[in-house]
Amino acid sequence: MFDSPDKLLLGLATGVVFGFLLQKGRVAKFPVIVGQFLLRDWTVVKIMGTAVVVGAVGVFALVAAGHAGLHVKPLLLGGVLSGGVLFGVGLAVLGYCPGTTVAACGEGRRDAVAGLLGMFAGAFGFVAAWPALQPVINGLGDAGKVTLPDLTGTSPWLWVGGLAALGGVAALTFRRPAGRQSPIGDTTPPHEAEAGTP
Amino acid sequence: MSNPLTMKSWPPYAVGVGVGLLTWFSFATADHPLGITTAFENTAALAEKAVVPGVEEANGYFAAKAAEGKSPKVGWEWTLVLGVFVGALVSSRLSGDRSPEVVPALWRWRFGGSPAVRLAAAFAAGAVMMLGARLAGGCTSGHGISGGLQLAASSWVFSAVFFAVATATAFALYGREGADRV
Repeated sequence: MFDSPDKLLLGLATGVVFGFLLQKGRVAKFPVIVGQFLLRDWTVVKIMGTAVVVGAVGVFALVAAGHAGLHVKPLLLGGVLSGGVLFGVGLAVLGYCPGTTVAACGEGRRDAVAGLLGMFAGAFGFVAAWPALQPVINGLGDAGKVTLPDLTGTSPWLWVGGLAALGGVAALTFRRPAGRQSPIGDTTPPHEAEAGTP
Repeated sequence: MSNPLTMKSWPPYAVGVGVGLLTWFSFATADHPLGITTAFENTAALAEKAVVPGVEEANGYFAAKAAEGKSPKVGWEWTLVLGVFVGALVSSRLSGDRSPEVVPALWRWRFGGSPAVRLAAAFAAGAVMMLGARLAGGCTSGHGISGGLQLAASSWVFSAVFFAVATATAFALYGREGADRV
């Protein structure tokens, strides 16, 4: 029922850093998450895109060196599609994703606490209804734990390089105009003021 | 230069690099991707086992997870979630970036200032979001970041679907006028 204490401590330490980064990244904030899906604030895409490219380089290197294995989730199309739809609706209404809901609770946001309780209710419902949900999850077949390089018979490094190039081009193309650019670091972006004043 | 720990925010690309490096750490030290919602499912399963007599026999979930070697437990992912709370708490306290308001401004503009309405909607949306994450086997962290960086086909499909649906939902809720208020 419990992992070993050192593994629990390792998880805790990893989580503390993750939560710290999410809070400093301003993604534990309702206007930043909803602003992303209203296509006005690209913070979420910038953070996720950078994390994916940087993470891919290290993780594929660790795998190539035999220090870690991939943990790919199966392509159960029924579960992934139905889950993606429900997840998207819930995310837009709540204004926090699961990790940032937890971080927003840490930041003191009361509506995130209600969201967190709802997440527990959803998890209870999922486990209780698990037998009935199997036809939904498995209804469109199981393509297995496949990666994009597997599907295309290409090297993962081609994809990592391609994603990095795509991200670099997008970052340069959609840069804020020079006049509006805030100095790096200790700034309050313009929409932050929105949090306190209607 | 001021202390980075007391800044209210860091540039998104710097945070992204930090999260990317953290995934190296989690793969290297725990052979585990970052993910949030499995811990919620485990907690729910443990609670159901504790309060519903005979649920382990009645619900095939428990036998199926045991066969996969993934019986519900308090593990690395569970303390990871606890750590996210602690890390965000520490970060926001160091910078004074606390947000105690119940009803976010954009929500108030569209749906009014009632805390009860906002809290009820947040609860329901949290439940729907978690159900979706567990149907798909991951969330923004487990699929979006961890699965994305492993180039998992399931994760890229999930990310494309949830991004499109969340965008459609946000525009249905707030419209272009709301977008101009962000």
